[in-house]
Amino acid sequence: MSFINYSSREINCKIVYYGPGLCGKTTNLQFIYKKTNPEQKGKLISLATESERTLFFDFLPLALGDIRGFKVRFHLYTVPGQVFYAASRKLILKGVDGVIFVADSQIERMEANMESLEDLRINLAEQGYAVEKLPYAVQYNKRDISHIAPVEEMNKLLNVNSVQWFEGVATAGVGVFETLKGVAKQVLLELKKHY
Amino acid sequence: MKIPASFNIAGLRLRGDEIEVAGCDLVMYDNEFQKIDEELQRLHQQANANVVFLVDKNGQLIASAGDTHNIDTTSLASLTAGNIAATGGIARLLGEKEFTILFHEGEKDNIHISLVGQRIILVVIFDRRSSLGLVRLRVKKTAEVLARIFDEITSKAEKEKVEGGKAAESPFAEISDEDIDNLFK
Repeated sequence: MSFINYSSREINCKIVYYGPGLCGKTTNLQFIYKKTNPEQKGKLISLATESERTLFFDFLPLALGDIRGFKVRFHLYTVPGQVFYAASRKLILKGVDGVIFVADSQIERMEANMESLEDLRINLAEQGYAVEKLPYAVQYNKRDISHIAPVEEMNKLLNVNSVQWFEGVATAGVGVFETLKGVAKQVLLELKKHY
Repeated sequence: MKIPASFNIAGLRLRGDEIEVAGCDLVMYDNEFQKIDEELQRLHQQANANVVFLVDKNGQLIASAGDTHNIDTTSLASLTAGNIAATGGIARLLGEKEFTILFHEGEKDNIHISLVGQRIILVVIFDRRSSLGLVRLRVKKTAEVLARIFDEITSKAEKEKVEGGKAAESPFAEISDEDIDNLFK
């Protein structure tokens, strides 16, 4: 749910990074934080456990610039990936404008990817959303390590609707901004349809 | 249930057989924003508060009053919404609809968080120059006024949807791929 303020001339949108535990959602946000100019970003907030696993969410506000005199802000959130945080994941999805599904490319994590994707579908459906109708992209992360599944296979399993997908190495920043840009563009074009 | 050709319900926008998921975006114009701002200024004074915030349930800061220079308002808005969302989750687990008021007491500052009209969160930060009783009393009055303003905003948005009109100065009207690409340069 976007917030368009004609008084202060601002457009605020919410993008959520979703995916199984340890797939690299927080790493995506950390890289964006590291590479963005100080005047364009707020604090990166991580509500994490002592072992640095996301407990509730990570949050990064980004002020990307102006479109037609309106400041465009994206609020980036991650969900906690671990299975038992299901209730928290639902809460973060509230009012989402776009979703990035970060998949772990390691062969042994394929089942976790599929489980997380199904969890996403269910949680979105509960709020009247459908993945097919939402600005949405998939990032195949960890392409730099061995024992990974080929992209074609991952597309078959995790991207049956052939949405936009990106290969990523979030630790090195590969594909991070490309994925964000892909979904941000979809979000703004979606808004264009309505306003 | 059969859905007529054009039909609007909260949170879902339906046109013909197409179900759109853009949901109920919050669109605010100058007029309503001024009214909200005046109301927050009034609450800030009458409750003797340090700062007053209005936050969307999804974590977007809508307006504020008081000394916000030393506060990271964006983070505060997001965390407050997270707090309300988590508390709402707990409420549903216990069979409650929701807990409408949260209060955190600190050594110096206290924070009073309340839900207005199911959708907006009113946050008041105050210290010993005020009291919980005073804040609760003033918040209650402000909440009634704010609820009316947001009803106006909602009905205005619904009217525009039915009429199919777009704002005259829409930032999206002429938006191009190039505009979007420029954001990422």
